[in-house]
Amino acid sequence: MAVLEVADLEVTRGARAVVQGISFAVDRGESVTIMGASGSGKTSVLRAIAGLDPIAAGGIDVDGVPIRPGRTPGGQVRRELYRRVGMVFQFHHLFEHLTALHNVWLAPVHVLHQPRKVAERRALELLEQMGIGARAHAMPHELSGGEAQRVAIARALAMGPQLLLMDEPTASLDPARRGDLAAILRTLAGGGCALLIASHDEEFVRGCADRVLTMAEGRIHRGVTG
Amino acid sequence: MKAMQNTDHNMNTRVALVCVVAGVWLLPDYFGPAEAGHYEEQNDTQSQNELVWGGDAEGGSPFVEADPNDPTRVVGFEVEVAGLLAEGLGRVPRFLQAGFTSLDAAAARGDFDVGLSGIEDSPARQSRLAVTIPYYQFREVLTVRDADAATYRTLSDLRGRRVATLGATLAYDLLVSAQSKFDVQPVVYEDDVHPYTDLLLGRVDAVLLDYVLAERGVRRNPGLVNQPTDVGTGYYVGITASGNTALRDRMNAILLQAMKDGRLEAIFRRWKMWNDDQPRLYAKLLSGEKTSESTEQPSAAPVSGWDAAVRYLPALGRAAVVTLVLSCLSMALAVAAGVLIASGRVYGPPPVRTLLTAWVELIRGTPLLLQLFVLYFGLAVVVDLPAFVAALLGLGLNYAAYESEIYRGALEAVPAGQLDAARTLGLSERQTLVLVRGPQAFRFALAPMTNDFVALLKDSSLVSVITVVELTKETSIFAANIGSWLLPGAMCAAMYLALSLPLARLARRLERGWKR
Repeated sequence: MAVLEVADLEVTRGARAVVQGISFAVDRGESVTIMGASGSGKTSVLRAIAGLDPIAAGGIDVDGVPIRPGRTPGGQVRRELYRRVGMVFQFHHLFEHLTALHNVWLAPVHVLHQPRKVAERRALELLEQMGIGARAHAMPHELSGGEAQRVAIARALAMGPQLLLMDEPTASLDPARRGDLAAILRTLAGGGCALLIASHDEEFVRGCADRVLTMAEGRIHRGVTG
Repeated sequence: MKAMQNTDHNMNTRVALVCVVAGVWLLPDYFGPAEAGHYEEQNDTQSQNELVWGGDAEGGSPFVEADPNDPTRVVGFEVEVAGLLAEGLGRVPRFLQAGFTSLDAAAARGDFDVGLSGIEDSPARQSRLAVTIPYYQFREVLTVRDADAATYRTLSDLRGRRVATLGATLAYDLLVSAQSKFDVQPVVYEDDVHPYTDLLLGRVDAVLLDYVLAERGVRRNPGLVNQPTDVGTGYYVGITASGNTALRDRMNAILLQAMKDGRLEAIFRRWKMWNDDQPRLYAKLLSGEKTSESTEQPSAAPVSGWDAAVRYLPALGRAAVVTLVLSCLSMALAVAAGVLIASGRVYGPPPVRTLLTAWVELIRGTPLLLQLFVLYFGLAVVVDLPAFVAALLGLGLNYAAYESEIYRGALEAVPAGQLDAARTLGLSERQTLVLVRGPQAFRFALAPMTNDFVALLKDSSLVSVITVVELTKETSIFAANIGSWLLPGAMCAAMYLALSLPLARLARRLERGWKR
C-alpha cells in the first residue's frame, strides 16, 4: 500500500521547470532511492514532498494528505503533513543553539505535546539506537558530520513519521560510516517506515535501496527494482 | 551640557538663529549709529577696536534675544549695556553666543571680553573671575498658581512640594538650602519658560526665579501670580577673565558714570525694568559703598576642589543610580518594543511593514533631544507625563528603533536551513520564531545590543533638559559650584566607566558561554 504517491509533478524555479512530469509511488516499509547527478532535480522533488517549496503542476499525496499546485501547504494540511513526513537534510540543519538531545525532544514536546520527561527519555533512546548516546549533551558544532547526521535522523524519527526523506545522506560520511548508515536505514524500513533517499552514491544505493529511480534534467529516466 | 534657554514662541526661529553665523546689524535708532555686533563664530583674537561680549540669546527678552523682525540681530537691555560699555571704551561691540551655563567657563577662557546675560553676582564668581560692579538689583520671587496664592506664600509653606528654578542661579542655591530647611524639592530646568508652563500644568507647585523672569512668566501664563514676599536679593554683573582687572576697572568707571548721568536708568526704563531698588543701589555705589554680595546667599566661601569632591560624592552617587536605573529600564523597553517592531517588519502584512518602516525612519531621522522636548513639553496638554516617565519613554522608544533594525538584521541572518528544519518538524511559524529563530538571532544581536546599551547610558544625559537630574547634570551643577570641570569631569567619567565596563564584560562572557 502506497504511503507516497506523486503524479505528474512539476516544480519550477523562476520561469524554468526544474522537475517535469514525474510520477512514482513509495509503499510502506519500502526504501526508494532517486539517483542522478547534481542539478538533476532530486532535491527539488524531496523539498516539494516535504512541503518546503510550492509545486507548479501535478499532485502529491502523503498517506491521504494532498499537496496541490500553488502555495506551500498551510493550516490543517501543513499540520497533518508533518505528522507523516520527516526530513533529514544534506547539511543536517541541527538547531545550533540547542544540545543534540534538545534537538531531538524539541518537536515532540511542542508539536505532539508529549510531557518533557517522556520526550527526553525517548530522545535519549533514539540517540542510543543511533550509537551516539554519549554525545547527547554536545552542541551541534562539537559533533562530527556523521554524528550530526545521526542526531538529525533521530530528530526526524522522534516525530514517528511514516515517510522519511533523506537528501544526500552519505555526503558527510567516510566509507566505514556509510555501511553503518545503510544498516540503520534497513532497520527503519524493516520497522515499516518508508524511505525516499536522494543520492548519487551508487555503492551506498546498492546496499540499501529496494528500488532506484534515475533522474536527469528534471525527469525520471528509468525505474529499476532492486 | 547644553543650556536650553528656550523662549516659548517659535522654536524654529531659535534653531535657525543658532545656525546663523554672520549677519551685520545696527543698534536701534535711539542708541545712535554705533555697530553693536553680530553673530560670529568664536574668534580667539579679539581686535583692539572691538568689545566682544558674550551672552545667551536663548535667554530671551528682556535680556538678550533675537530681534523678532530680524533674527540675525539681537536686542535686549544687555545689548544696550554692552553698547554703553563699548562706547565708553571707544570700541565697537560684537555679540558672541554662549550657552548660559557655560558663560563662566567661557569668560575664564577669554572667549569674550565681557559676559553680560543676567549674570548673578556670587562669592564663587567673585573668587574666580574679575566681576564688575552690579548694574541692576533684582529680587527673587515665588510664583504660584492663582488658586494657591493663599496657601504657598513663602518657601516654608512648600514643605514636600516641588519647586522649579533654573540651574546655576542664586534661586537654585536658595532652593537647595530650603531643601534641607523645609524639605522643599528643587526641580532644575535648563530654561526659564517651562518652569512656568509646568507650574500651570501642576507638575510643580511653585517657581522661584528673579523678578524679571517671574514678571515675564506671569505675563505669558494667565493663572499664575507672583507672591509679594521677598525671598532674596541679587545683582546682575558683568564677568571677565580673572586676569582682566584693568578692563574690569575701566568698565566699572563707565558704569558709575552711566549711573550718574542717567543713561543706565534710560535703558532700564525702556525695558520697563526700572524700580525703586535701582536708585538706592546706584546711590550706594556712587558714594563708594560696597554692596554686600547677594543677600541670603546660602553657599559659604568657596571650598577647595577636594573638599567639594567629598561633599558632592553622595549626590553624584545618587545621580549615577538615576542614570543606571533609567538606562536599564529604557533598554528593557527598547528591547521589548524593538522585538515587536522587528517581528512586525519581518512577519507582518505589507501595510504593517510600511507603517513600521516609516516609524523607524521617523525616530532615527530626528534628534533624541527634540523627541524628549515633544514628549515632555509638547504633549503636556494632552498627556501630562512625569519627567522620569517621559525620559524613560523618550529614550526607550528612540532606542527601540535602533534595536529593531538590529533584530531585523539578526532574524534575517538566521540560515534558511534552520527554518526549513523547524517547519518539517511541524513547528508553527510562531513556535519557530520563539524556539529557533529568535534565540539564534539574539546571539547575533548581542554584540550590537551591548554597544547600544553603552551608548544609551551616555545618551541618558540628554534627559536633564526635561528636569531629570542624572549623572551629567549633577556633575555640571558640581562644576558650576566650584568653577572647574577638571575634577567633576574626571569623577563623572570614572562613574560612567564603572557602569559601562562591567556591561561589556558581561556581554563577552555570555557570548563565550554560548560558544562553549
